[in-house]
Amino acid sequence: MNQGIHFLPETASAHAGEMDWLFAGLMITSAMILALVFGLMVVFCVRYRRNSGAERGNRLGKTWRVEVGWTAATFVLFLGLYFWGANLYLKLHRPPDDTTDIFVVAKQWMWKVEHPGGQREINELHVPVDRPIRLVMTSQDVIHDFAVPAFRIRRDVLPGRYESMWFRPTKVGQYRLFCAEFCGTEHAHMTGIVTVMEQGDYQRWLDAQGPGETLVAQGAALFRQYGCSGCHGPASTVHAPPLEGLFGRPVPLADGSMVTADEGYIRDSILLPKSRIAAGYPAVMPSFDGQIGEEDLFKIVSYVKSLGNASPGTGERPAP
Amino acid sequence: MTATSPDRAVTARPAAQPPNYLTEGGSTLRSWLLTHDHKRIAILYALTITVFFFFGGAAAAMIRLNLVTPPGIFAADTYNRLFSIHGIVMVWFFLIPSIPNTLGNFLLPMMIGAKDLAFPRINLLSWYLFVAAGVVALFAVIAGGVDTGWTFYTPFSTMYSNSYVILAISAVFISGFSSILTGLNFIVTVHRLRAPGMTWYRLPIFVWSNYSTAIILVLATPVLAITLALLAVERLLQVGIFDPALGGDPLLFQHLFWFYSHPAVYIMILPGFGVISEVVPCFSRKPIFGYKFVAWASVSFTAVSFLVWAHHMFVAGMSVYAALVFSLLSYIIAVPSAIKVFNWTATLHKGWISFDAPMLYALGFIGLFTTGGLSGLFTANLAFDVHVTDTYFVVAHFHYIMVGGMVSAYFAGLHFWWPKITGRIYHEWWARIAALLIFVGFNLTFFPQFILGYLGMERRYHSYPPEFQFWNILSSAGASILALGYVMPLFYLTWSLYRGQRAGANPWAATGLEWTTPSPPPKHNFDKTPTVTRPPYQYRPEPEPQDAQGHA
Repeated sequence: MNQGIHFLPETASAHAGEMDWLFAGLMITSAMILALVFGLMVVFCVRYRRNSGAERGNRLGKTWRVEVGWTAATFVLFLGLYFWGANLYLKLHRPPDDTTDIFVVAKQWMWKVEHPGGQREINELHVPVDRPIRLVMTSQDVIHDFAVPAFRIRRDVLPGRYESMWFRPTKVGQYRLFCAEFCGTEHAHMTGIVTVMEQGDYQRWLDAQGPGETLVAQGAALFRQYGCSGCHGPASTVHAPPLEGLFGRPVPLADGSMVTADEGYIRDSILLPKSRIAAGYPAVMPSFDGQIGEEDLFKIVSYVKSLGNASPGTGERPAP
Repeated sequence: MTATSPDRAVTARPAAQPPNYLTEGGSTLRSWLLTHDHKRIAILYALTITVFFFFGGAAAAMIRLNLVTPPGIFAADTYNRLFSIHGIVMVWFFLIPSIPNTLGNFLLPMMIGAKDLAFPRINLLSWYLFVAAGVVALFAVIAGGVDTGWTFYTPFSTMYSNSYVILAISAVFISGFSSILTGLNFIVTVHRLRAPGMTWYRLPIFVWSNYSTAIILVLATPVLAITLALLAVERLLQVGIFDPALGGDPLLFQHLFWFYSHPAVYIMILPGFGVISEVVPCFSRKPIFGYKFVAWASVSFTAVSFLVWAHHMFVAGMSVYAALVFSLLSYIIAVPSAIKVFNWTATLHKGWISFDAPMLYALGFIGLFTTGGLSGLFTANLAFDVHVTDTYFVVAHFHYIMVGGMVSAYFAGLHFWWPKITGRIYHEWWARIAALLIFVGFNLTFFPQFILGYLGMERRYHSYPPEFQFWNILSSAGASILALGYVMPLFYLTWSLYRGQRAGANPWAATGLEWTTPSPPPKHNFDKTPTVTRPPYQYRPEPEPQDAQGHA
């Protein structure tokens, strides 16, 4: 990140290398087209300048064959580039199963990060090398965008919903983090540093942050504090959907459709419980909209997630 | 195309000039402000947008000045207001009206052999609405400016910005009515007022492209108006439309906004295609290659331009499947663009090419537009766009299309038809130097921004990390050359009004109907309505000598 003349950004994620190949492919294709168009233009301009003696007798007559020919060639070429980019984009959107999920809240004008173990940092993100990291992000106010050029990733961070994005860092070092969506006066200063560490160093760093409570444990406490356990707890007499084994499972809804219980669905069920009601349950849950902040909300979601594969009735579970 | 009218512009003494649209009807301010003549209204537009061009350009100059040193010389808020006003003024008060409302207004009726547009009074009303909108925009700047960027993304613009958002969107809202009225006027004119024999396939490509533009103006602009009205409702009345805190959807605004603003790119570029399709055949002395393909490529832009809006939103939180579809559609729309470039290049083949200023601007256009179009293949590419969207790569891409392409096309047209509009010829040597400076300055300004973007420099940053400085300095240096290039025409064109040679009816020996009438044209364009018997672009290898001098 030193001063000087740079032509390419650093390459520090598994995805960045593939992106650079795609870049090279696009560059070569457009360089060929440019060379063809500019080459022909220059040749024609020189050869057929007004007072040159070039032969012009047999002008191109029928044009439709030429037109159809170059239209088809262009189309096929463009289609190839499309599939290449689309394929890589799909990879970017399919995280592996063993990701470490880190929570990010954006606000004017800072990035707040929360690790699964409860460690928190601002405008910084520490991650272990060679591990798939998934960021679950939301905003407290306007639209922001989490961008790390060295990883070739970016994604808008919207208020009122969770957006997620994953990457696998491959090189230890420090990389710049930018907000890429204009978000107000200090937009240009909503930046930070992503530090990629050896896995051992990362563990030591986590430990050094102090033995805080894990997000799941904090979530479990909040779950009781906000009264969720009164209905969803094992001893409850109210007819509420059990949350054990819920995360990641398809849920049949009252309107006949199905939804996969991801972070976004759990979040919506807390804030807008009447919008997507699970089949077979009365719509009696009150809305918690405006009562729980984004960070507490994520802790509760983490807690519900942690109940993922537990058998019904075990209640609270220690953090993984 | 038809019998040329008797030539009358011979002597150098102004008094001997035949009555024309500049002299007929008086030269009082009142006669100009109440005129129904499409040619005078075109001049009014030209003067207005020139003011806006230099206003928006001044803001751009300050932006580039600020970016020479990383901490910048302006406060963050000042910088944000500068780039916002630069975008708003350049998009709505220069690029969108530039060619259709000046050259289009002036030439469309003449090219189809009509006396005026279908609704001359509405045409004047359209200019007044445009001026009113401009006054509101300038007032917003004086009042303190707006800091949302020209895209007004919600919920920042509705609930968080402390600047003059309502004033700024009112300006854009009013200018929209001007656009719609102009569009309607063009559509009706092309359908109803063509001279006898002027069939669709005898229309010059400039008419085809302005007609296509008019359709987009009429169909897309109302969506923008509705979107801005909804923005005002949320901001003023706190009704939840876009802000999730009020129960709204933040992405809804982007969908609505780009549903207008992507077609708007074609509003800006299509008339430019029209100009280039007139200039290249004239200076190659050849019919345009593949006339029908070029004509229908214009129309197909109109259709497809409405289907690609969401390619601005690949990282905005749209579903993966929507992104796949919109990327594919974006690649499809690149095909007609490629057809146009190939056709212009093929038109040069076996021509008798001369390099007068309009041709230099047109060749510059083809180069810059091709570069901009090819960089569009990068930004339309799903995975690649993830890395470069919202960076300077995108800034470079759309400036290549909208400034490099569009402004070069406007200058090509302005120089080409200047003798027709004013009856005078500008200083050719200075015009060529300016065309060259603009081309070199433009590339030096914007090519480094592609590199900056790939390196990861985000747009709308008043300050940036030091590793980006080298390319920013290069870009700002280029901008000063570009600025010089843009100022030069102001001088030599103005000079030509007083000292320029008389042009004659047809100084370029061109074939369009507009060249069959004296320069400047009489008030009603033609002494009697012409009858068209031939397709356009019937160029002969060597111009007839009497046409070249403009008089027999």
